[in-house]
Amino acid sequence: MNNQQNPVLLGFHKRHRRYIAVCAVLAVLAAGLVCFGMVFGQTFYSPQTIFRVLNGESVKGATFTIKTLRLPRVLTGLLAGLCFGMAGNTFQKLLRNPLASPDIIGVTSGASVAAVFSILVLGWSGALVSASAVVSGIVVAGAIWFFSQGAGFSNGRLILVGIGMQAFLNAVISWTLLKASEYDVPSAMRWLSGSLNGVKMENVPLLIGVLAIAGGGIMLLNQHLSVMQMGEEYAQTLGAHPSRTRLLLILCALCLTAFATASTGPIASVAFLSGPIADRLTGGGKGNMVSSALVGAVLVLAADLCGQYAFPARYPVGVITGILGAPYLLFLLLRMNKKGGN
Amino acid sequence: MIRRRTLCLLSLLVFLILCAVASVSYGAKPVSLHSIFAALGLGSGPEFEVSMVQARIPRTLFGVIAGAALGISGALMQALTRNPIADPSILGINTGASLFVVSGMAFFHISSSSQYIWLAFAGASLTAVAVYGLASLGHGGATPIKLALAGAAASTALQSLVNTVMLPDTQVMDRFRFWQTGSIGGVTWADIAALWPYLAVGFIASLLLAPALNTLALGDEVATGLGLNVALVRGTSALTGVLLCASVTALAGPIGFVGLMVPHFMRLLLGPDMRWVMPMSALGGGCLLLAADVLGRVLGGAGEVEVGIITALLGAPVFIFIVRKVKVRAL
Repeated sequence: MNNQQNPVLLGFHKRHRRYIAVCAVLAVLAAGLVCFGMVFGQTFYSPQTIFRVLNGESVKGATFTIKTLRLPRVLTGLLAGLCFGMAGNTFQKLLRNPLASPDIIGVTSGASVAAVFSILVLGWSGALVSASAVVSGIVVAGAIWFFSQGAGFSNGRLILVGIGMQAFLNAVISWTLLKASEYDVPSAMRWLSGSLNGVKMENVPLLIGVLAIAGGGIMLLNQHLSVMQMGEEYAQTLGAHPSRTRLLLILCALCLTAFATASTGPIASVAFLSGPIADRLTGGGKGNMVSSALVGAVLVLAADLCGQYAFPARYPVGVITGILGAPYLLFLLLRMNKKGGN
Repeated sequence: MIRRRTLCLLSLLVFLILCAVASVSYGAKPVSLHSIFAALGLGSGPEFEVSMVQARIPRTLFGVIAGAALGISGALMQALTRNPIADPSILGINTGASLFVVSGMAFFHISSSSQYIWLAFAGASLTAVAVYGLASLGHGGATPIKLALAGAAASTALQSLVNTVMLPDTQVMDRFRFWQTGSIGGVTWADIAALWPYLAVGFIASLLLAPALNTLALGDEVATGLGLNVALVRGTSALTGVLLCASVTALAGPIGFVGLMVPHFMRLLLGPDMRWVMPMSALGGGCLLLAADVLGRVLGGAGEVEVGIITALLGAPVFIFIVRKVKVRAL
């Protein structure tokens, strides 16, 4: 009996160890990128200077750069990456389709519309913007869900409706930008593909709070999600509440997406890429929430550094992640189509 | 049916004339009907208003022919792929054309409209082949969902490349904002002169192809049995469709959804006969694009809303409507 169980248990422990190792490596990588982002830039500041500034000393020149420019940037990048990564993975796992991430089916654009409208037209800021982004994200998600009902629900139709919705919302965003006479390059890029330029410290505590509540919620529900992935009937038999769990998970993921979008704009493809990359790294089998959140953070931070320093011109982070995401999307389609079926 | 077709044709013509009048008279400063006649050489009117009308005429004319080209291009693609959601913008073809033109401007300092057209044509053809190839891999051929996804993926990829090319040069970006959303605002007589031979070839070819496309709709085997050279018809239709949307994109940037909406409505109204759907899609496309352009000027006030934004606002709900109508099995 024991001998028969052993290979299964061994495999389980092996995967678990791998998962923890991958998470640790990713966390170290993210931390390293944060430090790198603090130290390097137009001028180089030694770690000692940075610690002194963070401890409250004022160093001539360095205080402004570090406290007002670099710290909010790396922290927002880190937190938004975590949010997008986890939310994307939740949607993908829930709908059992790698294409069903919030940035492809238009939920992120939904949050972005409300954020851009309340900032540019209504002149709001801070928590109000985030609240409107959440509400609009929920409304858009509801609308996509509603329109993809019909003669029976299909994931394919959900994605098509999402593509249509995204085209519509992007047009609304462009129009709002024009109306507000703010159609300059930076703001257009920010609200159509996401950027960390000009982020402020005041959003950081809000993001931490949301990540703690919604992210914690997703972590708690994660085991139900893994059961639900086997199919609704199994989940019911095993004592999960599929519909309640699904609703809660979607709400949590929406909150993560909407709050992150309200502070950075819809950073392209991060939500879409993180889950599959995390699956590859850990070998799948788990909910992969922590690892995909960390992958998201690493992606955003690395892409931001790349966009700032790797090219002769400075690109916002969303352009870089967009370029990363598109080939993967094509590759995914290629593989799906070759396998056959939808 | 004949009465219905004539009625449809007449009402579209009247609507087109109304749109054209609105397009020349409406703008940041409205112009009286009197001056419009004066500008056309009938009678006389205030000098200033006459010259304003004359400045608006190329834009109006371009709106009509660009809309017609996009409408026909959509009709051709839908017939060719037997797919209700085929459209140059959804398949990413317009964005491919944009990328080539923008790269030509940024890297090779190309600045004449006739060169734009060739660049756009190259970009559009490559994208069309790539997207269709990707979508028709595997089981079931190019189903609507595979085609739409391949197109969406391609246009995301191409749009981020367009952004990358344009961003370093903020001045280029400001002048060519319409490479993100199409606009017919900056068109001159010289542009139209460079464009019309390509469009004329496209229009004539598509009208000649219409009967063959009717036969093709019966299925490839039946069409071959009836003596149709299927490969030739498919090839020329694809080339014509790409040529039409590429030439428009070369001058106006990616204008979406016209090719999706118009042929669809025409088929609802007139049935599937391509000999009617094709010319009526041209007329309808012209009407739609002009109306959208005027609407953009009305809604935008002094700073106008680009026509590409308006067509997307109108077209995306239509897209969702069509997707809802398509049977789940077909997805």
